Amino acid sequence: MTDQTMSIEVMRYRPEQDKEPWLQSFEVPYSDDMSVLQGLQYIRDYLDGTLAFRWSCRQAICGSCGMMVDGVPKLACKTFLRDYPGKVRIEALNHFPIERDLVVVLDDFIDKLESITPYIVPKEDKPLSEGEYQQTPAQMDWYAQFSGCINCLLCYAACPQYGLNQDFLGPGAIALLHRYNQDSRDGACEQRMELLAAQEGVFNCTAVGYCSEVCPKAVDPANAVNLNKTAVAKDYFLRFARPKGGCK
Amino acid sequence: MNKRKPYVRPMPGWWRKNPYFIEYMIHEGTALFVAAYAFVLLFGLWRLSQGEAAWNGFIAALQSPLSMLLHLILLLMIGYHSYTWFKIMPRTLPPLIIGGKRVSAAAITAGGFIATLLASLALLGIAWGISQ
Repeated sequence: MTDQTMSIEVMRYRPEQDKEPWLQSFEVPYSDDMSVLQGLQYIRDYLDGTLAFRWSCRQAICGSCGMMVDGVPKLACKTFLRDYPGKVRIEALNHFPIERDLVVVLDDFIDKLESITPYIVPKEDKPLSEGEYQQTPAQMDWYAQFSGCINCLLCYAACPQYGLNQDFLGPGAIALLHRYNQDSRDGACEQRMELLAAQEGVFNCTAVGYCSEVCPKAVDPANAVNLNKTAVAKDYFLRFARPKGGCK
Repeated sequence: MNKRKPYVRPMPGWWRKNPYFIEYMIHEGTALFVAAYAFVLLFGLWRLSQGEAAWNGFIAALQSPLSMLLHLILLLMIGYHSYTWFKIMPRTLPPLIIGGKRVSAAAITAGGFIATLLASLALLGIAWGISQ
């Protein structure tokens, strides 16, 4: 720590006493290598023990510490105070209901995540004795990028369509759905198609593209969503030409 | 008693709060100019169907200073719309692999611009050829 300090404005919301969220300012000692998360931890440890926020790994892997930093969705652990000279404003992740302070309610996303069958459903079951389901590196390349998602929900906070209509399946869930659809070992593409083609599926996206801009893991959810617009259209029209089944 | 009282934030003026969204609204807004130009062309087609005099009247109207100004504005707006369209193109395409390597987003965008330039030049050439 140095003698330097900076002010961190933090959104507070205490459901038992506040009608709506408000901003509280803290003066925090600051050094060049401090992350926003460390700033918040300093506040909680030394200035106000009631401040609530989520965090776990401190290394952009767990996806817990998503929050708005000066209005932009960021992982607090991967964002440095030095990039906000003098003052920074920390708010709860946009587009999610606030439970308390910086903690948001994730139920909606968890439901969506469950709905997309987020695991490999083998095309055909084979007995254990026949060994593993194998895959070449080239086949893995098709989905590797989308499997980088850490469910941090920055993309949802960046998506105005999700903010305006919570029924939208949203960038993160669609990126993960795409990850399993693109997996050569998976055979559940058709059952997931129903979600993509629904009113609340891919066509709720108007290609704002900010989701991919803020993604801390370069997953490019906008790419997954837009590729599936084509996939849905193909699925719809090709059923006249060939029987259903086989999405790839 | 359940003390939970999750707070849902309203979103008035959401697009004015982030430069990214302002740009998004502008590029979506320029689509209206694309539609406007389509109407100009449709109007021309309709005048053509009414005979030579009507068509000549349409051509004359196109040459008025007001029409020139309108077309200049349309050109700028449609140009900007195309630019944003190619900028987002890499996000809409499946991975493009040439010679075992994935083509970069910048190369896809540049490819779009070059294709537009060539198509525009070809069109200009054809129009010039017809007018000779």
